[in-house]
Amino acid sequence: MSWLPAPVDELLRTALVCELTVVGRRGEPVTHPLIPLWDGERIYMTSSVLFSKKLEHIKRDPKVSVSISDPVACGGLTDTCSIQGDARIIEDDPHETWELVMPLWRAKEPAIDFFLKKRFALPLFFERSVIEIRPKRVLWWRGGDTAQAPRVATAPEEA
Amino acid sequence: MDRETLEKLAAYPRLIVAWRGDDGYPVQTAARFRVNASKGELRIERTGLPLPADREVNIVASHIRPQPGVGYDQRRYLSLWGSLAAEGDEMVLRSARSWGWDENVTPFFEYVERSNRQAKRYLGQLSRERGVPVKPRLSPVWTFLLATRLPFLTATVVPILLGVAVAAKEGFFDIGFAVLTLLAGAAIHIGLNVANDVFDTLSGADDANYNPTQFSGGSRVIQRGLLSLRQMAAISATAYAVGAGLGLYLVIERESVELLAIGVIGVLISVFYTAPPLRLVHRGLGEMTTGIGFGPVMVMGAYAVQAQKLSAEALIASVPVAIMIALVLYVNEIPDRAADASAGKRTLPVRMSREAVTRGFLLAAVTAFAILSLAAVSGIIPRPTLLALLAAPLAFKVYQGIREHYESPYELMTAMGQNVQLHLMSGLLLFGGYMVSVLATELLDSPPGILT
Repeated sequence: MSWLPAPVDELLRTALVCELTVVGRRGEPVTHPLIPLWDGERIYMTSSVLFSKKLEHIKRDPKVSVSISDPVACGGLTDTCSIQGDARIIEDDPHETWELVMPLWRAKEPAIDFFLKKRFALPLFFERSVIEIRPKRVLWWRGGDTAQAPRVATAPEEA
Repeated sequence: MDRETLEKLAAYPRLIVAWRGDDGYPVQTAARFRVNASKGELRIERTGLPLPADREVNIVASHIRPQPGVGYDQRRYLSLWGSLAAEGDEMVLRSARSWGWDENVTPFFEYVERSNRQAKRYLGQLSRERGVPVKPRLSPVWTFLLATRLPFLTATVVPILLGVAVAAKEGFFDIGFAVLTLLAGAAIHIGLNVANDVFDTLSGADDANYNPTQFSGGSRVIQRGLLSLRQMAAISATAYAVGAGLGLYLVIERESVELLAIGVIGVLISVFYTAPPLRLVHRGLGEMTTGIGFGPVMVMGAYAVQAQKLSAEALIASVPVAIMIALVLYVNEIPDRAADASAGKRTLPVRMSREAVTRGFLLAAVTAFAILSLAAVSGIIPRPTLLALLAAPLAFKVYQGIREHYESPYELMTAMGQNVQLHLMSGLLLFGGYMVSVLATELLDSPPGILT
């Protein structure tokens, strides 16, 4: 059972897109839109080796943050959240390790099965790594009103 | 900040401001904003989390449109980096650099192609870390199909069938030699396809092409790291050796000097299509040499294997096929023209205007059908070959496709596919016409003129 507040859990389950911020080579923030996959404990994302700079950044500095703020991409949910955590890259075999998260991915983007059948046309797109994020601290805003101070929740082991 | 970037940003309803917190973790908050493009300003409203003025921030706006049961489309995002300064109740972004992607501007497949180098770099890094090669994988069957562009072998099947049919009409037919001819032609064609990729990689043409389609831009197996340049060169050399070996066997078996001459011409055209020093395709001779190679050379070669002589009829019958296959290359070169031009490949679409290329297609297709019709009506080739006119409507579909989608590689794909069908259908109907004539002669005591 996750320690994440229920509204944040719902956002993670629903969101079709989030913004992942990683720490770049110079220490600068670098943000990428990605699909957040949530198994109730960890946030997963997958990244093709084609767009792998974020993977290099995470390997250098695993501190990341995930933002969900678009009601259109969240089935109308208006809450907003930002989740800080530690990331690790899972890429034992970039050809197939990522298929571990296929059920979660398929649930949010059913069309991925169609593209997977066309793997021969996009071979590098389907050489992928999994980003696994362990949430440590959550900031969230009821109704998405970020002009207000956020509510904050921290992982039990961090508290 | 430049006006164009700000105008793009203004189309998004909200943005995310991200920065690195004192504990090293990135901090993010959504924020309301407004832009004044003419002043080059981005103003962000104060947020519950104080926005920092002492460090670099990354500002991101992203958009998707959910598609229930599918996922989403309309992917786009814009990312800006800079520093914030307080002005009244707002924060103003200073000295930003930007990056972004909009799939309506840069289609997903182009975006992927532009990222090939990053993928190869990353896989190279993984290989070094692990001490073993980490490479993209596909099944050997798919890799072979892609590398050799096997579906395009219809360009070989059509003229060889036609050559065999012309000979059969004259009473010459040996199924064993027909199969060997087909295998030899296919091997040479594979050698050509793969050599083309090797030389287009060496010249930089394929690397510079970010809009490949299933019909153009080469097989991409080298660009995608599936096979190395050396492996492709080996496949090409092997295919040529097999093709030349089979060809020599046929020359010896059929004791035909004419066949030897045709075979040598065919191999030379094939090799020097992209290979130095001739590099025929770089000199604007690619369309013509492709027409000659997959037209008269193959039709006459297949005929000579069967009949052990040359024939004016086979030559005339090969002309429409030659024009159609040249048109396959011609249309497939349209999306490649920028990359070809940068690599010095002076193809017809590189040298000609859009109007001229479009009209050129129509003129060539009409000429092919006119030659076929005149030859059939005058009795030079069998009248049933007029069946090939059934393919004519496809030519007009391709023409319309070129007219409408000349500048859009992915939308042009339908026309490119129809153009391949045009060559295949017209060629097979021509072959079918010959077979009707052969069967009528075999089965009827005095076949009517319409069937011969």
